[in-house]
Amino acid sequence: MSATAPLHLAAEIGGPPRYDPGHYTGLARLAEHGALDFVTLGDSFARPGPDALAVLSRVAPATGRIGLVPTVTTTHTEPFHVSSAVATLDWVSRGRAGWYVDVSTTGAEARLFGRRPAATADELWREAGESADVGARLWDSWEDDAEIRDVATGRFIDRDKLHYVDFEGAAFSVRGPAIVPRPPQGHPVTVVDGTSGPARETAARHADVVLVRATAPEQAAAARTDLRRRAAAYGRDPDTLRVLVALTVDLGDAETAPEPGLESGPPLAADGSYYRGGPVDLAELITRWHRGGAADGFHLTPITPGRDLERIVNGTVALLQHRSLFRTFYPGGTLREHLGLARPANRYAPEGGRA
Amino acid sequence: MSTAPRQMHLAAHFPGVNNTTVWADPRSRSQIDFSSFEHLARAAERGTFDFFFLAEGLRLREHNGRIHDLDVVGRPESLTVLAALAAVTDRLGLAATVNTTFNEPYELARRLATLDHLSEGRAAWNVVTSSDAFTGENFRRGGYLDRADRYTRAAEFVATARELWDAWTPDGTPRPFRHQGQHFAIEGEFTVPRSPQGHPVVIQAGDSPEGREFAASTADVVFTRHGTLEEGRAFYADVKARLARYGREPDELKIMPGVTFVLGDSDADAQERAAGIRLQQVSPQNALLALEQVWGRDLSSYDPDGPLPEIDPDPESSLVQGRVRHGDPFAVAARWRALSEEKGLSIRQTVIETTGRQSFIGSPRTVAERLTEFVAAGAADGFILVPHLTPGGLDDFVDLVVPLLRERGVFRSAYTGPTLRSHLGLAEPVWKG
Repeated sequence: MSATAPLHLAAEIGGPPRYDPGHYTGLARLAEHGALDFVTLGDSFARPGPDALAVLSRVAPATGRIGLVPTVTTTHTEPFHVSSAVATLDWVSRGRAGWYVDVSTTGAEARLFGRRPAATADELWREAGESADVGARLWDSWEDDAEIRDVATGRFIDRDKLHYVDFEGAAFSVRGPAIVPRPPQGHPVTVVDGTSGPARETAARHADVVLVRATAPEQAAAARTDLRRRAAAYGRDPDTLRVLVALTVDLGDAETAPEPGLESGPPLAADGSYYRGGPVDLAELITRWHRGGAADGFHLTPITPGRDLERIVNGTVALLQHRSLFRTFYPGGTLREHLGLARPANRYAPEGGRA
Repeated sequence: MSTAPRQMHLAAHFPGVNNTTVWADPRSRSQIDFSSFEHLARAAERGTFDFFFLAEGLRLREHNGRIHDLDVVGRPESLTVLAALAAVTDRLGLAATVNTTFNEPYELARRLATLDHLSEGRAAWNVVTSSDAFTGENFRRGGYLDRADRYTRAAEFVATARELWDAWTPDGTPRPFRHQGQHFAIEGEFTVPRSPQGHPVVIQAGDSPEGREFAASTADVVFTRHGTLEEGRAFYADVKARLARYGREPDELKIMPGVTFVLGDSDADAQERAAGIRLQQVSPQNALLALEQVWGRDLSSYDPDGPLPEIDPDPESSLVQGRVRHGDPFAVAARWRALSEEKGLSIRQTVIETTGRQSFIGSPRTVAERLTEFVAAGAADGFILVPHLTPGGLDDFVDLVVPLLRERGVFRSAYTGPTLRSHLGLAEPVWKG
């Protein structure tokens, strides 16, 4: 990776549970003000909080450019519904949707549904891969030009351009086609935390953006190299993968000097990727890691979004922009455009359809 | 005693995927783009409607083993669209149709409670059930449920959802829940506090005896298909009479038929327009399709401008998938033949005559009068209006009919409360701790 490769930045806007939409809209607008690639909103059946995809759908009309990436879990949900909901988020946001894939590992979550016992992470991540796979197939199940509205023949669609997916997985099967036409981005952006274990394989195979928690640039670089190698083994072009270092940040003591720690200052906890210090030092860290080729960018989780996101945008991001290391406006309209990812060809269309 | 006339409730149905929706009209726009939903929702809110209504699709319809291509196909997922609409509307209720067969109570109750929070008390859920293995091919649990099981599952599903909505105390303390039933055995903690309406409004759309009983025991609103005055009164009386059995007052359940309308400068002008719209709705291809739906046979070789087939319907047909088949096909065929012979009608003309005639046709004044008459006569508490054009099909109604309803004092001029329950005059449900 050359030192001039574009830097990508994303931020998590979840935190202590909030149910009022204004809170989330404010944070997403703030991130958009900083021209960040996207915001994520975590979700889990295991702790209090609203449905993240609905929240970001509520945020969509109140924002114009920023990517919107809710966590949607795959263990106790229906792959067909998940695919439809993510496609719909892409429609209502006009091409800004992503899907942060996660699994539900606990017995407590299993008992909320009463359909199956808790399973191993290996099994759940294989199933998550199948969910991502069938989701993308369903997004492709309509060719882009399937809707013809041909008054002469009375046909609304060309049904030869709709396709059954006939997916048979270990845990479920889906016939298709989708109910929702192919979304604006073709495929909304799939995000997976591929730091370790079985999630990394699913990430390498299905994700567009992989988050990696790392305590040192060498560790991040190694993970990135490994992910790109695995992606290539699945027949993917490794350049279609964006690897972002996932960092939890605490800018609460911004006015005080950072504790002694890693290299020039910003300390990272030993268990991975916890940054505490000032926004300027965070910009330094981002610059250094990115220049060294350790990552395509960063996903920052502010420890207190209401406080820290403002400091990230007006401190860290502003400095990166001032140094011409980060965009000051969005040249494109879709999340894929922000990430420099092409609109995928349609696997069912002759010649891949409209790219 | 006050002699104020009975107040009417109005809802707007986003045009659906049957041939009521005219896509061939040059004014027709996308059924998918958010701008279409925003246009129709804003029109409904300008008209101070009670709520905006979205149907659901879980499998594309098929005809003779192929995807049905003559009507609008495809739609976005309802709850996600409504969450976005909450950002561009302030008072309008937001109703999503969601199937109980292909969802689980915990997740759906959570999505609905979230929508109620995000919209500050405007969420509604139209509860539908399904039993077909055809739709089930898209889902983990597969499809088939006995007809009786559909309603026991739906009833237990709604009851379970309400237990979850009551899981947090009104002052915001989470408490564990536990439900042990025939269909669901679940326990744990709900992730969402009690929402602004307490419980989102529950709408029910079935018409069978089980459906009516389910509505009387459980629903806040019934979405019926009874568009005529006499049928409406009979249905209204029947369903309202069932309420007492559940300790409910007649006003606790609103009966709202889904109706279509055509406006014109005069009644004659409206009739002419209505005939034109019927021709658009029943294209030659759609006429043959309607015939095949009754006959259950491939009739593609027949001339839509020619006479009805002499061959009898096939009652065991599996020609049509993903669409409800209404009534006894022999009886319907006999009725259609009699009409065709009596009036000398072609296939297309017969279909136009016998299916989907618009419910209210006339000048704005006539339509306002007839709607008022329906409510005054005890045939409905209000209406779910189904426009035939996306997205502008409600504009004329809002601009021309709503002011007349307001003038008559039968419909609000402004929202008086913030929540959908307040629009519908429904009390907040008592918290069951």
